[in-house]
Amino acid sequence: MNLFILLVLVLAIIAIAQLTKVYELSRSLRNTREEEVSAADNRLNANAWIVWMIAFFAGTIYLYVKYGDYLPESASEHGVAVDKLMSVNIWMITIVFFIVNYFLFTFANKYRFNPARRAKFFAHDNRLEMLWTLVPGVTMAFIIVYGLITWNNMTGPASAEAMQIELYSKQFDWTARYPGENKVFGAADFNLIGTTNGLGLVTEEGVAAKLAEIDHNIEQTEKTIANGKAEGTMPDSYLESLEDQLYKLKRHKQRILDLKENEMNGMSQWKAGADDKLVKGEFHIPVGQEIEFVFRSQDVIHSAYMPHFRAQMNTVPGVPTRFKMKPTITTAEMRQKLGNDKFDYILLCNKVCGAAHFNMKMTVVVDTPEDYAAWLAEQKTFGGDKNEKKEEAPATPAADTTKTMASIN
Amino acid sequence: MGAHSNDHGHHEESFVSKYIFSQDHKMISKQFLVTAIFMGIIAVMLSIFFRLQLGWPGEKFGILNAFLGDKWAPDGILDKNAYLAMVTIHGTIMVFFVLTGGLSGTFANLLIPLQIGARDMASGFMNMLSYWFFLVSSLIMVASLFVEGGAASGGWTIYPPLSALPQAMPGSGTGMTLCLISMVLFVASSLLGGLNYVVTIINLRTKGMKMTRLPLTIWALFVTAILGVLSFPVLVSCVVLLIMDRTMGTAFYLSDIFIQGEALDVTGGSPILFQHLFWFLGHPEVYIVLLPALGISSEIIATNSRKPIFGYKAMIGSILAIGFLSFIVWGHHMYVTGMNPFIGSVFVFTTLLIAIPSAVKAFNYITTLWQGNIKFTPAMLFSIGLVSTFVTGGLTGIVLADSALDVNVHDTYFVVAHFHIVMGMSAIFGMLGGIYHWFPKMYGRMMNSKLGYAHFWLTMVCGFGVFFPMHFVGIAGAPRRYYDYSEFDYLDTVISLNPMISTFAIIGGAAQLLFLFNFFHSIWYGQKANQNPWKSNTLEWTTPVAHMHGNWPGALPEVHRWAYDYSNPEHEEDFVSQIVPLKAGEHAH
Repeated sequence: MNLFILLVLVLAIIAIAQLTKVYELSRSLRNTREEEVSAADNRLNANAWIVWMIAFFAGTIYLYVKYGDYLPESASEHGVAVDKLMSVNIWMITIVFFIVNYFLFTFANKYRFNPARRAKFFAHDNRLEMLWTLVPGVTMAFIIVYGLITWNNMTGPASAEAMQIELYSKQFDWTARYPGENKVFGAADFNLIGTTNGLGLVTEEGVAAKLAEIDHNIEQTEKTIANGKAEGTMPDSYLESLEDQLYKLKRHKQRILDLKENEMNGMSQWKAGADDKLVKGEFHIPVGQEIEFVFRSQDVIHSAYMPHFRAQMNTVPGVPTRFKMKPTITTAEMRQKLGNDKFDYILLCNKVCGAAHFNMKMTVVVDTPEDYAAWLAEQKTFGGDKNEKKEEAPATPAADTTKTMASIN
Repeated sequence: MGAHSNDHGHHEESFVSKYIFSQDHKMISKQFLVTAIFMGIIAVMLSIFFRLQLGWPGEKFGILNAFLGDKWAPDGILDKNAYLAMVTIHGTIMVFFVLTGGLSGTFANLLIPLQIGARDMASGFMNMLSYWFFLVSSLIMVASLFVEGGAASGGWTIYPPLSALPQAMPGSGTGMTLCLISMVLFVASSLLGGLNYVVTIINLRTKGMKMTRLPLTIWALFVTAILGVLSFPVLVSCVVLLIMDRTMGTAFYLSDIFIQGEALDVTGGSPILFQHLFWFLGHPEVYIVLLPALGISSEIIATNSRKPIFGYKAMIGSILAIGFLSFIVWGHHMYVTGMNPFIGSVFVFTTLLIAIPSAVKAFNYITTLWQGNIKFTPAMLFSIGLVSTFVTGGLTGIVLADSALDVNVHDTYFVVAHFHIVMGMSAIFGMLGGIYHWFPKMYGRMMNSKLGYAHFWLTMVCGFGVFFPMHFVGIAGAPRRYYDYSEFDYLDTVISLNPMISTFAIIGGAAQLLFLFNFFHSIWYGQKANQNPWKSNTLEWTTPVAHMHGNWPGALPEVHRWAYDYSNPEHEEDFVSQIVPLKAGEHAH
């Protein structure tokens, strides 16, 4: 196969070289210059523009007809307005596309060189130039105003009825968090992320357990260093890396000690997390309910993209972001509309984030409010989850935290 | 060779000072061009590698294994990390090394002294340094493909934290370090070049060469150089802060990160800061790439239509307006970063304003063709093609500039289609058109026009064949930089376009062999050129065919008229060189 490709390439180059030689010989026999475009060449290229134009326009129309119906109708309220704006824009640019390209290619064809004719000396015309400054100007004014009205409606603050859902991203999956009965998200801090606490939710027990774990590691590391120094067999570089590790552990501990308990809505945020509900793989939202998504990220920038809802927002480590929307069509209804009982709404990552970027997705299910309530009731709370796990496997601090945590991630 | 020429006793230069450490702008221009062509070959090959994966995912290609080896393409299937590396380096090389260094480096160096009537650049030494920084930076970028862990893989925009943390992906290790070093050197090259271009145009115009008599190529290169001088330093600071985050434990761009089992000791930085700094260069960069191509096509279209460029002053105004606006639109790359929606509105407004000067330029090109007497040289074909790509790609920019619409097409193939047509194809067409047009000036020989025709039509058809269908792939919600789409049922229909797109890419890539052959063959075997083969008005065609230091034997030419007196009814010939004095009673334009 490789050899074949190579052979074809080599043969092609030899063919070009030979043809060029023949051509150059014939040119020198006829005594013509390279820069003098022959009448035949000029005709050929002039006509090629028309052939190209027909093919280009036909291809464009084919693509519009076959693939122009790009996504199912929007399943969110703001998405309907976005789609309308999109149609207006696409219509306008398509019309301009055809007109301008038509004039370009037909002029190229029509005004081909003719030795009997002289080009028109036409250097400028203020009225014409005014015309094509003003017309795009007015058109742009319309597009800007229409676009900004849509933009302001979709990005305004969420209403009081909106419910919040947190979408949390990491390489390479998503977690959805619901605030639970008390409607308040528990505080979260990246320093507490670990085996049983993927989002780093702050709880008193969690903080205590994490501190115990770090203390244990500090102790172990100090012991190893002391032994190493006593025996004198440990290479300096290894000793240095252990000391580095010790420093990091101490810093980590200090950062956790610095965590302050905050009051929010008259409730301790340290306590608010116990009834939060965390789900993976699939999350549900109720139809007709305004939802404010809050996005956080654990490691790098990801982007939460839900094309069927015309919704997208980056998730940025250290900088929470928001996007509100109101789903209008349940998954069941959409399946019926599309005649596809396997259809699912999807959340995917749309900011390159590493090797498995292309596979970082979550299913979105839009339920009726009743189905949604039933589904949510089935989900375990964070506090509950943790207590169960505690019973299963009592917290035995690992000797090497970094390794344990790496294996989990 | 060098030793021989020294024997002759007159001031022949040694081989080294003539061909290697040359300070002559014409030689430096050729050095830029040939380097850019080699970088271009690498970038096109990379794109074909990843198009194979996208067109036929999971298929085994012996050729991938042969080129990339068992580590990057085991069994002939491109590795996921290698895929991202190819995408990233393809973009970086194309944007910076081919379309910035290659395009500006070649044509600013060649044309500025020749078209303004100067003996050389203001500083030949800086000019030489500019090339050598460019070369070293190119070599480092290419070398980064061969290091452990592979080349930088976070996309050409290298957003942190992905690019800042070696533990985030293999490509963020040594490959990223080399990429960043290469970028810093590249910026040094751009600044040395850019300052020189600006100073030369302002100070070294020959007698009579008023700013309003400059060819549009020079105006475009002038504004381009100013954009570069003002925006590239911001990229350096952006990159230097990233280097510090990577190596010195600072946290300009990092905060609250837990990765690979470790809570990093960084708080208070913002990854979004990087994006503001990056796009403050990144958007003017689009015009740094595009304006020289537009300038070149203005010159070629006027010459080969045998007509003055329509609306010369409006064209200058448009270039200036585009240049100015390009500095206040960068936020349109960031509508979905969580930026305040009101600031988003401001960027919508400024961005859509650019449509106005762009429309003026497009209509002026078309009016220049109207009632012309068009000669289809290969350069002319590429220039007309450029007007089409500029219009077609520019129009979809209106959708992307509209923040409400951008939300759903941001980072999809719609964006890929848009910028490849409006920036990629237009700038490449401008560059190729420029090469065909000024080849006789550079090498004293003609390129083969028949091969040029075949090259143009194949490139035009394949270019649109690759990028036009991508609009539909993107509008259906297909994210860019995905290794495989087969998991996503809702994309099945549009993803079926991928094999066709890849086929066009392969044919289009192969078509460039016609150009390569033509280019290198013609350097040595092309027909010897006449002094002014295209019957053009500008000053470069008044210099002797054989290159000489100082460009003009004897005194510098004096300019009496603008550059676009084609088919002037007051003259018998259909062109009047800028050095021809006005006739009695003739109106200067």
